[in-house]
Amino acid sequence: MTFNTFWFIVIAVLWIGYFILEGFDFGVGMLLKAVAKDQAERRAVLTTLGPVWDGNEVWLLVAGGATFAAFPEWYATLFSGFYLPLFLILLALIVRGVAFEYRSKYGDKQWRARWDNAIVVASFLPALLWGVAFANIVRGVPLEKKNGVIEYAGGFFNLLNPYALLGGVVTLTVFLTHGAIFLSLKTDGAIRERARALVTKIGLVAAVATVAFLGITTVAFNDKHEVYALAFIVALSWLAALQFNLKGREGYSFLFSSIALAFAVITLFTALYPNVMPSSLLESASLNITNASSTDYTLKVMTIVALILTPIVLIYQGWTYWVFRKRVSAKQISTPEVGVLDRINP
Amino acid sequence: MNSLDLARWQFAITTVYHFIFVPITIGTGFLVAGLQTAWYRTSKPHYLRATKFFGKLFLINFAMGVVTGIVQEFQFGMNWSSYSRFVGDIFGAPLAMEGLLAFFLESTFLGIWIFGWDRLPKKLHLASIWAASFGTLFSAYFILAANAWMQHPVGYTMNTARGRAELTDIFKVLTQNTALASFGHTIPAAFFTAGAFVAGVSAYLLIKNRDVTMARSTARLGFITVIVAFILVAVTGDLTARIMTTQQPMKMAAAEALYSSEANAPFSLFTIGTLDGSRSVFQIDLPGVLSFMSTGSTNGVVEGINDLQNKYAQQFGAGDYTPNIPIAYWGFRFMIGFGFLALLFSLIALYRINRNELPKGKWFLPAMISMPFLPLLANSFGWIFTENARQPWAVFGLIKTADGVSPAVGAGSVAFTLVVFTLLYGVLAIIEFGLMLRAIKVGPETFDRPIEDVAVGGDSDRTLTMAY
Repeated sequence: MTFNTFWFIVIAVLWIGYFILEGFDFGVGMLLKAVAKDQAERRAVLTTLGPVWDGNEVWLLVAGGATFAAFPEWYATLFSGFYLPLFLILLALIVRGVAFEYRSKYGDKQWRARWDNAIVVASFLPALLWGVAFANIVRGVPLEKKNGVIEYAGGFFNLLNPYALLGGVVTLTVFLTHGAIFLSLKTDGAIRERARALVTKIGLVAAVATVAFLGITTVAFNDKHEVYALAFIVALSWLAALQFNLKGREGYSFLFSSIALAFAVITLFTALYPNVMPSSLLESASLNITNASSTDYTLKVMTIVALILTPIVLIYQGWTYWVFRKRVSAKQISTPEVGVLDRINP
Repeated sequence: MNSLDLARWQFAITTVYHFIFVPITIGTGFLVAGLQTAWYRTSKPHYLRATKFFGKLFLINFAMGVVTGIVQEFQFGMNWSSYSRFVGDIFGAPLAMEGLLAFFLESTFLGIWIFGWDRLPKKLHLASIWAASFGTLFSAYFILAANAWMQHPVGYTMNTARGRAELTDIFKVLTQNTALASFGHTIPAAFFTAGAFVAGVSAYLLIKNRDVTMARSTARLGFITVIVAFILVAVTGDLTARIMTTQQPMKMAAAEALYSSEANAPFSLFTIGTLDGSRSVFQIDLPGVLSFMSTGSTNGVVEGINDLQNKYAQQFGAGDYTPNIPIAYWGFRFMIGFGFLALLFSLIALYRINRNELPKGKWFLPAMISMPFLPLLANSFGWIFTENARQPWAVFGLIKTADGVSPAVGAGSVAFTLVVFTLLYGVLAIIEFGLMLRAIKVGPETFDRPIEDVAVGGDSDRTLTMAY
């Protein structure tokens, strides 16, 4: 295997990690008001994310950094080309992170209601836009070669085609379901029941959207037989996740929704390979793992670094989930209406 | 304004804004870790109050550092795609290492620390704040190594066919003297900032006569941190200046508004130049000091702006190689000036506090309130100086800033994102500042429930010590 292929796989793995981890963060954020009715419940829901959301978001930062290091042309063309969607995602991530941290500082109803709305909207936007972005990458966007450099030649509205919007609906509904499964696994009482009921409802919508999206994708890439097989695994895992939820086996349900997400990313990256950003205009203006990549020396350096550090990161991040394995319930929140900054200490 | 100017403004605003929160995070993280260690060792309750109180302030600040950091990493690709293509083979590596080694460490262990008070044995909980703090340190190292490469590119070769710089020696990039000096200068500056923050807040509590036991102890910690950090900042600042003089003489000349090369060059305390910036009209000078700062000898020759301009025009082709002189000149002086002021306040306050008295007089309260802000100003001016005085280069000698901007992004798009980001930063700054003030006013809390050692995972039925 060449270093280029290896780093293509690494980038895929980073997106798998990101979609599984921040995927449920987005889902929980969007469901905040739907599953949690009073202050104690809202705070219990947010507390399931509290210790982990920031570490989950780092998967995105590392995916971005790794793309910069391994495929600078991909990083440059993608980030400058998908300018406004990325801007909206950044805006949402800024507001969301701050909202988590500041929301319960005061008990004031309006203060909390505003941050709650911010959390819902700022979770919704990236959940939708990541799907739009990925669908566009796989589908191909207008790329042109000017002075030897491959640049995005479309506009904002080129990105809002039906296939891409369907991709957005897929990530949106899949993250919603994945978040509901996470909540059913991590909470107790009324929140858990509401979340479990939502899994089936939204999960079926997600199933329809996913099958439609992957169906179109497999037809478009019908020369690659492995894409069919992978898409099939996605569908089966997803149905298994919904089935385990119905049976009340929340751990397995989460495991299978994570597997479905992982294989969805694998399906898309397999469809893409060896391109990283195909051009919809000219095959010669496509970015691939060779013309977008860094030198072998840089890839070798990064390979050594990644092979040493990734296992360590996986171990301690996994350990976090072990430390916070206990369910959180509304009754554990003392004085839910009061913020830590409400009272002046003597 | 064209998209280049707008992209430069956006980079400047995002970076300066981000760097308000970063040094507070780096330094305060370690101070809180130190306070918690003191509590762990001595069980004295005021150390626990201090840990929780400054921990709370630290986290209000940290949230802002995190979210602005995301923009920081993405804006290279968004607004500076040509730059990213040119440097990616080299510049991307430390960024990716920063993510993998530092971001994961700080975010994961800080999450554990915030929510782990009743989920972990005391020792592991303490270890988590140390791990997070070292994460911030590693983060600083990699991003400063990347920045140092822009100041002084090493360990690369030019690939003219692909029109980019390519990495040949990662160890040179990570260990060159520019990077080490910059790290040695920036980290003490972060401690200086955090010390002033802790000291200012503690002095305020002392003046208001609240939790005097804790406030006296943390005030002393803060002021001592400021004084020790200042010495290190000064030593490494001197080192940085000498490295800068050999590597980027134009920057040193701009910092001094030194127009023609001189031996026994003076350090100018104050200057007024002609409008075109090519000649100074009025200056107050300290003879020989600049030569000493730059070369280590009062007789050393320091190259002047006009001579360097001619030299660069011959070397790189016709063009303007002079940075904005007033920004460089005043940025350099404000950096030093604000730092000195914080040091001065700290020396006086510490002397009095050690004699168990508080300075009287109307100046003391405003001085203490200004303490947290002085290093922030010094930091900002320092970076504004060092980045601005590298212009017109993005990477010195290799690629100009003007050639780094994204060709695919129109001025309208950059203007739109610039306005929205700036407005959002403004709103969040007001909210963050309000929360900080409020948290200081609320003051340290007393704990009625003792903190017990628990097994990993804790007890699921008890009320949570920390909930969002």
